[in-house]
Amino acid sequence: MIIFDQVSKSYEGGHQALRELSFHLPKGEMRFLTGHSGAGKSTLLKLIMMMERPTSGQVIVNDRNLGKLPARRVPEVRRDIGVVFQNHQLLFDRSVFDNVALPLIIAGYGHRDVGRRVRAALDKVGLLDKERKNPMALSGGEQQRVGIARAVVNKPPLLLADEPTGNLDPELSAEIMHLFEQFNQVGVTVLIATHDISLIARMPYRLISLREGRLISAAGDNLGAR
Amino acid sequence: MSARKKNRQGAERRFSKLQAGTTERRRPAGAKQHRTDLRDRWESYRSHHGQVAADALKRLFKQPLATLMTSLVLAIAMALPMGLYVMLNNIEAVSQGWDGAARLSLYLKSDINDRAAQQLQSELKRRAEVLEARYISSEQALLEFREQSGLGDVLDQLDRNPLPALIVITPKPAYSSQQKVDALRLELEKLPQVDQLRLDMAWLQKLNQITEVSRRLAGVLAAMLAMGVLLIVGNTIKLAIESRRDEILVVKLVGGTNAFVRRPFLYSGFWFGLIGAVLAWSLLQACLIWLSGPVAGLSALYGSQFELLGLGFGNSILLILAGAGLGLLGALLVVGRELAAIEPR
Repeated sequence: MIIFDQVSKSYEGGHQALRELSFHLPKGEMRFLTGHSGAGKSTLLKLIMMMERPTSGQVIVNDRNLGKLPARRVPEVRRDIGVVFQNHQLLFDRSVFDNVALPLIIAGYGHRDVGRRVRAALDKVGLLDKERKNPMALSGGEQQRVGIARAVVNKPPLLLADEPTGNLDPELSAEIMHLFEQFNQVGVTVLIATHDISLIARMPYRLISLREGRLISAAGDNLGAR
Repeated sequence: MSARKKNRQGAERRFSKLQAGTTERRRPAGAKQHRTDLRDRWESYRSHHGQVAADALKRLFKQPLATLMTSLVLAIAMALPMGLYVMLNNIEAVSQGWDGAARLSLYLKSDINDRAAQQLQSELKRRAEVLEARYISSEQALLEFREQSGLGDVLDQLDRNPLPALIVITPKPAYSSQQKVDALRLELEKLPQVDQLRLDMAWLQKLNQITEVSRRLAGVLAAMLAMGVLLIVGNTIKLAIESRRDEILVVKLVGGTNAFVRRPFLYSGFWFGLIGAVLAWSLLQACLIWLSGPVAGLSALYGSQFELLGLGFGNSILLILAGAGLGLLGALLVVGRELAAIEPR
């Protein structure tokens, strides 16, 4: 699903975020992306999302070589990726329903389809009764679940999460992680960036650990790369 | 488009596969399926456009005061050249009905005596084209000149009257167009008694020239104010984009194309232009109604049937289409550049 081959990324000003990073995340797997802040986690996710382009090396996502894609095809890449953000990036000028519906409307789904799929996604995260509310009126955990519903509503084969539990207490965090596991169980490839070591220690998934832009081995893990 | 569709179908297939478990169940790919899919997409595309258009309009009405101010500025910018145009149309209509503006002055040769001149006058009077022919003898001419010029002392020193006798002809209204007057002039010039002929249409010609100059000025003004409309709409849309920055970022993050992001702003520009044009039309209409009473009174005093010309249906449609088009164009000019600058980082 995701292949990084000798990927380096340096920003203007000389900061080298990733150094010749290679790994393979097979289809249907779930992994955690760990490392201290500044280790390159965000850069790695941004490369997958095409928010940035690598300085060198190749990124292949969902059988697409991102290096060869022109800017106008960026949207189609993003439609196949569900993203959950730490600050959830919800729009407060519209209801929960409309927030979740956004990816479907962008993809051009018909009116009835949108309603059906949005309710299915909201049901999945347990917020079906909140569809008419403004996300502002929801708690932090609920807002994050709206973000997750939006990320999965058009059933992307790949789900990325950037510190999805960053602002949540342990109980809510576990709940959110459980949701991700459920998506993984139906075949979605999941990559979660987090530095919440205590949370992932209890979960039986492999890690992709970064330090200063390089892949390092982590305890209980035989390296993500193959 | 086709790539996107293929994509979506691909994603759907993957998901139906996910839901069906591990066994891959291929959806039969038939032509019929394809067609309904296309029609569905077209339907949803259309309803999406309708929704975006309605949403853009709703947003404008959510800030009624700001919208009204912007639209009024646009309306004034559009009403000015259009009003000038209507005014010029009216001036032209009035001046077309003017007769007696053209006068022919036939200066007679010095050897023509009073009797011969008066005979010529009565001959001319009988012509079909001629409404009036007035004979002014050289003595009368000198008298008039003395009175009007105040050069009496100088004239006294002359040993003979330098002024020729003349016959002033006023053509009938039916013959007072430039062409017909010209034809008459050519004919009269050939008369043996006539030394020189002067066509006195200067006043009408000046008016026509002034109208033409004003028409061009109106054109220049229209072009400049159209630029103004573009800039006003452009700036308004720029602010709207800035205020919806977060939304644009999220839309781009979840795979919104540039066209999708652009659409609501283009509709906003369109609505601004349209509302401005309708307001401009109303302003002009109000002005015309306000003026029509006095104008009717004035033309009645002159015994004329003249009625104030309005915008007319064609020009009204043109104004509204041009307004909406300018709004759209103004939005189009800024939207590309502004939106390219907003990329998720």
